Amino acid sequence: MKMFKILVCIKQVPMVSELPWDSKTGTLKRELAQGMMDPSSRRALEAGLQIKETRAELGEKTQIIVLSMGPPMAMEILYQAKSLGADKGILLSDRAMAGADTFLTSFILARFIKKEVPDVDLVLCGSQTSDSETGQVGPQLAEELSIPAIGYAADIQLQGQMVRVHRHVDDFFEVLEMDLPGLVTIDQAAYTPRYAAFGGVQDAFETADIIQVDARRLGLDENFNAVKDSPTRIVDVYSPTTRKENRVLKGTAKAVVDQLFEDYGKIISSAMGKDLKGQGEKI
Amino acid sequence: MTTATDIWVLGDYRNYFQSRVTLQILARATHLAASTGGKVCAVVFGHGMDEYVGEYIAHGAEKVYVVDDPALKTYAVETYSFLMTRLVEKFKPATLLVGATRFGQEIAPRVAKQLKTGLTADCIDLEIDPKGRLVQIAPSFGGNLIARIITPHKRPQMATIRPGTFQELVHDGTAKGQIIRLALPTDMPTEKIRCISSEYKPSKAKGIEKADIVITGGRGMGSKGKFKKLFELAALMNGEVGATRPVVYANWIGHDALVGQAGKAIKPKILFAFGISGAIQHTAAIADADFIVAINKNPNATMMRMADVAIVADANQVCSGIIRAIKENIRD
Ligand SMILES: Cc1cc2nc3c(=O)[nH]c(=O)nc-3n(C[C@H](O)[C@H](O)[C@H](O)COP(=O)(O)OP(=O)(O)OC[C@H]3O[C@@H](n4cnc5c(N)ncnc54)[C@H](O)[C@@H]3O)c2cc1C
Ligand SMILES: Cc1cc2nc3c(=O)[nH]c(=O)nc-3n(C[C@H](O)[C@H](O)[C@H](O)COP(=O)(O)OP(=O)(O)OC[C@H]3O[C@@H](n4cnc5c(N)ncnc54)[C@H](O)[C@@H]3O)c2cc1C
Repeated sequence: MKMFKILVCIKQVPMVSELPWDSKTGTLKRELAQGMMDPSSRRALEAGLQIKETRAELGEKTQIIVLSMGPPMAMEILYQAKSLGADKGILLSDRAMAGADTFLTSFILARFIKKEVPDVDLVLCGSQTSDSETGQVGPQLAEELSIPAIGYAADIQLQGQMVRVHRHVDDFFEVLEMDLPGLVTIDQAAYTPRYAAFGGVQDAFETADIIQVDARRLGLDENFNAVKDSPTRIVDVYSPTTRKENRVLKGTAKAVVDQLFEDYGKIISSAMGKDLKGQGEKI
Repeated sequence: MTTATDIWVLGDYRNYFQSRVTLQILARATHLAASTGGKVCAVVFGHGMDEYVGEYIAHGAEKVYVVDDPALKTYAVETYSFLMTRLVEKFKPATLLVGATRFGQEIAPRVAKQLKTGLTADCIDLEIDPKGRLVQIAPSFGGNLIARIITPHKRPQMATIRPGTFQELVHDGTAKGQIIRLALPTDMPTEKIRCISSEYKPSKAKGIEKADIVITGGRGMGSKGKFKKLFELAALMNGEVGATRPVVYANWIGHDALVGQAGKAIKPKILFAFGISGAIQHTAAIADADFIVAINKNPNATMMRMADVAIVADANQVCSGIIRAIKENIRD
């Protein structure tokens, strides 16, 4: 029987919320932050793993390939994915690819898929990363691959060469179907990821199934430069100026509650959508 | 490049009464057009949408492009993106703005790709720079960073706009606008997504992800019995209750309420966090809260340092105190 191929796109994101960034180029100094697998990518991987398990119970074979574009240190998340049950991992990494916007990120990911996995059945992506959180890579990748796509899946049922997806978008509960090959992005609340046993991560390091591919091997033009070729350009990046005042209230419960309503009653009542008596006064 | 100046807004009317994002963007477009010149135009696809066309004109659209056909009755991403691309290629607007609803976030990246242009996601502001270019201002890292992005060479300049960002213009029933009706192209692609069912259920209970007030509780609430007080507070405030992982694991509340990396992200106008230490796996999902009140015995807890108001006191007592204060002072 034919192997069913699932390709999951995963991204490494910085773990911390305080980030070192280059104010001149507007790009992150990612090498200074500790990385982790983007939580939405983990959900996509989990969806792939669950499909693989369901199929295995029926005696059907599935191969899960994880694909990431990022700096060399993003290898870590491929090992992690492998320890969780992925079969193969590819890191697309090259200085020339750094700083790609979603237009070029999807172009580069698609380039690899078209070249090396042209027979992919199902492509899975997260719906939005935790760092630049555009949610654009999935839909643009589908466009590049000329395959249909369904976004924000809460549940995927594979039925032969077709998927049925349940989703909840903008107050609509929908059931959609598409023939494969196709791409699905996973909702932020669906497919809660499993955790890898530590031993698994160690074992994964021993494998040759994880490889790194550079721009030349991808067949990109030698003048390819992601920063220059991206249609969008980041002018600058800054922290929101409205720094929190971090007001500290101390005392008895009654005193602090009175103080809270005295100083912030307006904010509270407006969020509640109800008037409170004596707004701005002691209550 | 032609000297295109028009600003287009995709008419996203499917969820009209819940989301007025198209009207909000039209308002901002009107403001931008005052410095760039060009017309503010809405683009609407569907079947029988004249009432929305009228609304768009009353809220600032000077021109509305309409493709009305029974074949367009339900939103379908491939069909709609094909049409949008076709219209942009024909009329060449300088800018195309789309509401960052889920529908908008699904269709805009497709259109941008087809047009080989850039797209900035979920903008919270739009400006015009001295060269007349659109500056697209978008948050990232859960609101911890703001990026200003331009599309220097490609047109149109495209952005999705977060709902609720701009204030819609006052309805002007006397406003006049030009309506341009276009026929469905004959070479429409067949839609590859089959819609088996689509049920509109506007949520009354907003759910924790959409609630304006969220009350979260952590291990510091002490017990399942004491944690229940938070539900009473939430009911009084029209809010929803969320929790940290230890609380969910202890079964004080269901998994639906989990806030954090393994659960949901929230963006309330106010967050009350009772007895929560502020581990990164939790706080990563609350960065979009506008205003945080934290209650903790320990003034040095991370949650307290992140808060707008940090109340150093017993979580249960403060919860009861707020319940009492609201009961005594609410006006119905
Ligand atoms: C502050 C800041 C703001 C930015 N704003 C924009 C913007 O508005 N528009 C724009 O075009 N670019 C923007 N970028 C560039 C953007 O970060 C990159 O294009 C990035 O590679 C992908 O975007 P994302 O993280 O938003 O992915 P999303 O579209 O949110 O990711 C969704 C899913 O796509 C897959 N995926 C995404 N990236 C990768 C990857 N590198 N490797 C493998 N799979 C991946 C994963 O499955 C992921 O879960 C911004 C960058 C920064 C630093
Ligand atoms: C991979 C991974 C994923 C995770 N995902 C999540 C997630 O999605 N969401 C999540 O929440 N956690 C998650 N966690 C767990 C997270 O790391 C923390 O352990 C958890 O958030 C702590 O919950 P807490 O604040 O309720 O408890 P604690 O850290 O125990 O904090 C309790 C706080 O209550 C205060 N307190 C005690 N008594 C009182 C009192 N009487 N009055 C006032 N304050 C009092 C204490 O000073 C303390 O600050 C994850 C962890 C891992 C490793």
